Amino acid sequence: MIGNLPFVVCMILVALGLWTLIAKRNLVKLVIGMSLVTSGVNLFLVSLGYVRGGIPPIYTYAPAAAPMVLPTPQALTLTSIVIGVATTALMLAFVVVIYRHKGTLDVRKIRDLRG
Amino acid sequence: MSVHAPILAIAVPLLGGFAAPLLARIHRKVRDLWVLLVVFFSGACVGYVAAHILSSGIWVYVLGARNPQETLAPGGFPIRIMLTVDAMSAFMGLIAGFLALVAFPFALKYIPEEEGKTLALTLSLLLLAGILGLAYTGDLFNFFVFLEVTSIAACGIIGFRTWISRAPEAAFKTMVLFSLSGLFFLLASAFLYGEYGALNLAYLSAQIKGTLVDKLALALFLAGLIMKVAAAPVHFWAPDAYGEAPAAKTLLLVVNTQVSLYGLWRVLFTLYGGALSAGVGWLVTSLGLLTMVVAAFMALVQVDLGRLVAYGAVSQIGYMMLGVGVGLVTLAGRPDYGFVAMKGGIFHMLNDALTVGLLFLCVGAVEWTKGTRDLRELGGLGHGLPGVALCFLLASLALAGIPPLNGFASKILIYEGSFRLSPILAAVAVLASILLLAVFARAFHGAFLGPRAEVKEGLPWVFLLSMGALAVGILVLGLVPGFFVEELVAPAAKALWHGRALYLAAVLGG
Repeated sequence: MIGNLPFVVCMILVALGLWTLIAKRNLVKLVIGMSLVTSGVNLFLVSLGYVRGGIPPIYTYAPAAAPMVLPTPQALTLTSIVIGVATTALMLAFVVVIYRHKGTLDVRKIRDLRG
Repeated sequence: MSVHAPILAIAVPLLGGFAAPLLARIHRKVRDLWVLLVVFFSGACVGYVAAHILSSGIWVYVLGARNPQETLAPGGFPIRIMLTVDAMSAFMGLIAGFLALVAFPFALKYIPEEEGKTLALTLSLLLLAGILGLAYTGDLFNFFVFLEVTSIAACGIIGFRTWISRAPEAAFKTMVLFSLSGLFFLLASAFLYGEYGALNLAYLSAQIKGTLVDKLALALFLAGLIMKVAAAPVHFWAPDAYGEAPAAKTLLLVVNTQVSLYGLWRVLFTLYGGALSAGVGWLVTSLGLLTMVVAAFMALVQVDLGRLVAYGAVSQIGYMMLGVGVGLVTLAGRPDYGFVAMKGGIFHMLNDALTVGLLFLCVGAVEWTKGTRDLRELGGLGHGLPGVALCFLLASLALAGIPPLNGFASKILIYEGSFRLSPILAAVAVLASILLLAVFARAFHGAFLGPRAEVKEGLPWVFLLSMGALAVGILVLGLVPGFFVEELVAPAAKALWHGRALYLAAVLGG
């Protein structure tokens, strides 16, 4: 059971992020919520690849029959982090432009597009 | 050269997109020529891939190996990145390629130079690369990466006109939904990776048994992709996005939605085809019905021509979901009428691309001449722009499913198939169509009829060429649907309906 603790923590992060997206009205807080979800998913990916007592997955100097950690999740996480940065940057750029037009970050006050 | 067609179709627009700003520094004409060249090359690759697949079956392209068997580790475990292109992927690629060929020449004339034309073209090429990548990939993680490529490029296109206050707002809203959908997809892939240790679609499909983890992953896949296809109740980003993006680029956004729908079919039919309950089919069917009805009612109250057409586009997604949803419900018994509905749903993807594409081009032409899309200010454009008015009328009738146009050809298959499952489904679909006819009759009346209005002279001939290409497509598909249904749609529908075993065998061998 204790081995599942990292997964539980990641899911709590994702849930907190989703709650932020639903409950908050400030655009910057929405972006923060989005990065919480991203971090939760990234941590989940990394923790999937962990093997207790594992060695780095490089065959050249590896002792025979030693358990290796999984290399794929790390590659995936790296890609996902880069994508997350790009997404966050683009969203923040939109927030800046919206603020210049409207002078507010409150979602309830900037709704031009309704219906 | 030709053996690399699937990857070239994706790689050339990807690199070509980044090269466009550099070439623009030499001369604008060089850039325009380059963009057209890239799009034509990509379109040619897509066409070649489709022709190859229709004649000789699934094409597995492996990066870094000569054939898929070389990638199998001991234990039948594929280890390289691969593209798995079957008839359905090829069909999706053809839609994307055709619309890109129509949209890019239009965009070259439509977007003014001082409004960041170069960057808009770059983003559009990236979007095209992402769309083709989504259609061709055979691997869940690459699917996620291409999903994010399309999200970022699409939101850039929606929001790049930063001087209009509505555009960044629409882009922000869309970005939240798109990122969330991508992350749900990634989380679902991570669940499956944790359980089976692989990301290859075919390998996972062979392993999935329907355990609790599989079901959680399926729920996440569904939630993520339904956000991206703009089905009700998460359709609200689509009218903003379609309405605010430059009209010529909206075509690519429509294809982006459709390719996400393709992703949904791929997940449901191929990945979960072995362990799918009819409940999922009913979920897709009922969301489809909800989407078409909600969107048709919302279209009724719009006063902005762009948003009105956008709601029309959303409602058409409902028809595709209804058609293929009936196929999903009946997947266990595979009766004939299920296949008819599937063909209808998939044929409707092509028809929707043409009709909605033409409507958005008409909206673009109206906005180009009058500088507004507000139906309360427009009117009488039919005298000055007879070609545009004719195209708008044709596309409206096709969208509402009036014979003998292409919308009718696919909707009749959907009605026929869904009627056999439950008459209520077909009745709701017919009612939504009638409602759409009323909506578009009002739009046509508001924009094109009435006393003669002053129009800006000199509509570029490229506009009419692009619109003409789509209009001819609508007429041809409407008058001789049989040929296209048999040659293109039936193989694509069959690839989903019967083709799971072939798909697995093509990748895993044996």
